[in-house]
Amino acid sequence: MVDEPILRLDHVTKQFPGVRALHDVHMALYPGQVTALLGENGAGKSTIVKILTGIYRPDAGAIHIGGKLQSFSSPRDAWRSGVSAIHQETVMFDDLTVAENIFMGHMPLRSGKRIDWQLMNARAAELLKSVDADFGSEVLLKRLGVAQKHLVEIARALSHDSRIVIMDEPTSALSAREISDLFLIIAQLKAEGRAILFISHKFDEIFRVADRWVCLRDGEHVGEGLIKDVEPRGLVKLMVGRPIDQVFPKKKIEIGEPVLEVVGLSNPTEFADVSFTLHKGEILGFYGLVGAGRSETMQALFGVSKATAGVVKLNGKTLAISSTADAIVSGIAYVPEDRQVQGTVLPFGIRENTTLASLHQHTDKGILSRVSEQKITRKLGGRLSVKAAHWEQRLNELSGGNQQKVVIAKWLATSPKILILDEPTKGIDVGSKAAVHEFMGELASEGLAVILISSELPEIMGMADRIMVMHEGRIVKNFTRAEATAEAIVTAATGGGHHAAA
Amino acid sequence: MPLLKRREFFLGSIILGLVIAIGFRAPVFVTPESLLNIITDTSFLFMLALAQMIVILTRGIDLSVAANLAMAGMLTALASRAMPEMPIVLIILLSTLYGLALGIVNGALIAALGIPPIVVTLGTLAVYRGLIFVVAGGQWLTSDDMTPQFLAFPKATLLGISSLVWIAAFVIAGFWFFLNETRTGRALYAVGGNPVAARYCGIDLAPQQLLVYSIAGSVSGLCGYLWVSRYGIAYVDIAQGYELTIIAACVIGGVSIAGGVGTVSGTLLGALFLGIVVNALPVINVSPFWQTAISGAIILAAVIVNARAERKTGKLILPEARLLAGASK
Repeated sequence: MVDEPILRLDHVTKQFPGVRALHDVHMALYPGQVTALLGENGAGKSTIVKILTGIYRPDAGAIHIGGKLQSFSSPRDAWRSGVSAIHQETVMFDDLTVAENIFMGHMPLRSGKRIDWQLMNARAAELLKSVDADFGSEVLLKRLGVAQKHLVEIARALSHDSRIVIMDEPTSALSAREISDLFLIIAQLKAEGRAILFISHKFDEIFRVADRWVCLRDGEHVGEGLIKDVEPRGLVKLMVGRPIDQVFPKKKIEIGEPVLEVVGLSNPTEFADVSFTLHKGEILGFYGLVGAGRSETMQALFGVSKATAGVVKLNGKTLAISSTADAIVSGIAYVPEDRQVQGTVLPFGIRENTTLASLHQHTDKGILSRVSEQKITRKLGGRLSVKAAHWEQRLNELSGGNQQKVVIAKWLATSPKILILDEPTKGIDVGSKAAVHEFMGELASEGLAVILISSELPEIMGMADRIMVMHEGRIVKNFTRAEATAEAIVTAATGGGHHAAA
Repeated sequence: MPLLKRREFFLGSIILGLVIAIGFRAPVFVTPESLLNIITDTSFLFMLALAQMIVILTRGIDLSVAANLAMAGMLTALASRAMPEMPIVLIILLSTLYGLALGIVNGALIAALGIPPIVVTLGTLAVYRGLIFVVAGGQWLTSDDMTPQFLAFPKATLLGISSLVWIAAFVIAGFWFFLNETRTGRALYAVGGNPVAARYCGIDLAPQQLLVYSIAGSVSGLCGYLWVSRYGIAYVDIAQGYELTIIAACVIGGVSIAGGVGTVSGTLLGALFLGIVVNALPVINVSPFWQTAISGAIILAAVIVNARAERKTGKLILPEARLLAGASK
């Protein structure tokens, strides 16, 4: 073991309005080694990444690279000091070419400070070859699929030739084969003496590639060590702060008669032959990689986009949904994944957000009744235990978890028969998460039919009665609660018989 | 690339068809002199549309360009009247610097204070127009107030082509080089296409904003002198409303108001298209009352075509759809 770290974080603290993202965190990265950063959503992993890449500046604490104190005031400073990153959200430029995406901010120049297009395209092609990409460097990015875009992101991180490479959930959108390729790249980077910070929710990956681990919980450092000295169970306990079996309040519910029957739902580019039946009181889970077509399928059900083939029956009656208004009237509610953009109107208050999708219920001869609006807001807000100063408080003053509760309240106010939840606990704190899970169980027990899209395996396995696994736009497998194992689900989701895990 | 190229081919064909169709009605329209005249007339639009394009690329808009042009033109005319000996090179430089200063005011308000561009430039539009009246004391400067050399420059020709067209050609070449051959130029596409991603690449929005509004200001200033000397008059209302024609040229040329999309060739074709329409309508005896309405309708039609071209297509998730897209790239 090399004992001299190449990068050291000491006593790093970062505060956001109302949230303490990091508190006195320390961490070290070693050349030629992979360090896994563990923690739940909201534990502070992304904040660490953003501090190391110069996007945030820490309020206190120091970053040392190669023994020298660093102060990053922009991402440029970070990569000049040898840090580059594969970001979790693909942050890219749809209307530029793959090569431009890879080299944006550091394009190679020839004489006269002109961009050297030839060299840039050639170097991009080399990088793409090294990640085994099946597309050229001069293709426009918007022509690519999610996994391909991810490869571009990886190529971009490699283009900096950095001593320290951060990988923030690099495999979340990749297939089994692409994950294997990525691990080969990681092995090569290790051999070249680079230090890697690896962030993933998948324990099989962590145990396959990492040498060391560091664990965060609620913005604090709760442990670190060598991978060979630990077991997954112990790490989970450290991450969650309690044994995992207690996390999901799944209730035993009698499954009722079919409510929604979907047969052969298809769209030319996004999904094909999607068929399933949803019953009263059932929570039906949809698992898959990011970009597997789950959200797109549900959006078609909800009338946001159009399916070109297939039949949707609600209580035995065929539905023709051509707009979201149709879907709402039919009793379908959809809580979208991107809360800030698709879910809430941030400058509106809680009351206004809650009644937005059901205004007709509070209207008398075209005039809104504030009293009626307040009544439903108080009822649902109270039931979901939304934490706010008052019911008129603006949404942008609430925490992510409470915003999400308001979004759910909005859809419950439409008194739906079917509730579709798309990543309902993504990026919200542990407490709100538990509240959402609890509430989901309650709703099902009252006879609501729930579709739960989640990329978190424990959540899907903990909450769903049945699990549909999607891969590249199709349902490739379905499991009952009893027969589902983490391994089988992941195998199906990553597209294959040949499983990636060691 | 293919989509944009296709759009430019499409627009080029329409322009060609338009010229031929008008040629049948009025053969005089398609003589070399007449066509060269249209190019000369459209030179202002070429330069100003490119300046506007780089602003729009960053998700901004500059409504003050025409007011800037009028203000810089007036200030330059006043300076030339006060110092009749000033050489023409200095006059051009001075006008450009006036424009630059006004552009920096826009850029600073937008970049440093983070005020939305439409609000800032709507405000400065009114301020600049108002100031023209103040600095000129309400008077009009006519060709009698200008020296012969001040007036002669835009009409001077080299190889049969007017200096106005030569200057436009240099400006066009400059924009092409800047946008396609420099890092900063490509960075404009990045900040407009995805500001968050650009930040992750070390490209901040604020300096880019300061730059584009400064460039837009400089080009407006340059056009200020050229406009005043070409038409031999400077007063409060010159180029009134011209900013809308400029923006229309960009939109017709395929520049996306949402930012991050636009090419030099597309914008030039958009400007040429408008230039031809404006010049052709009187030739084919369309009443002046109808001309504005017809130009407007044509702009709307072009925007609708654009919107259809930009219509969102589905994501490529199914393997067969990805293969298809890959094959047709």
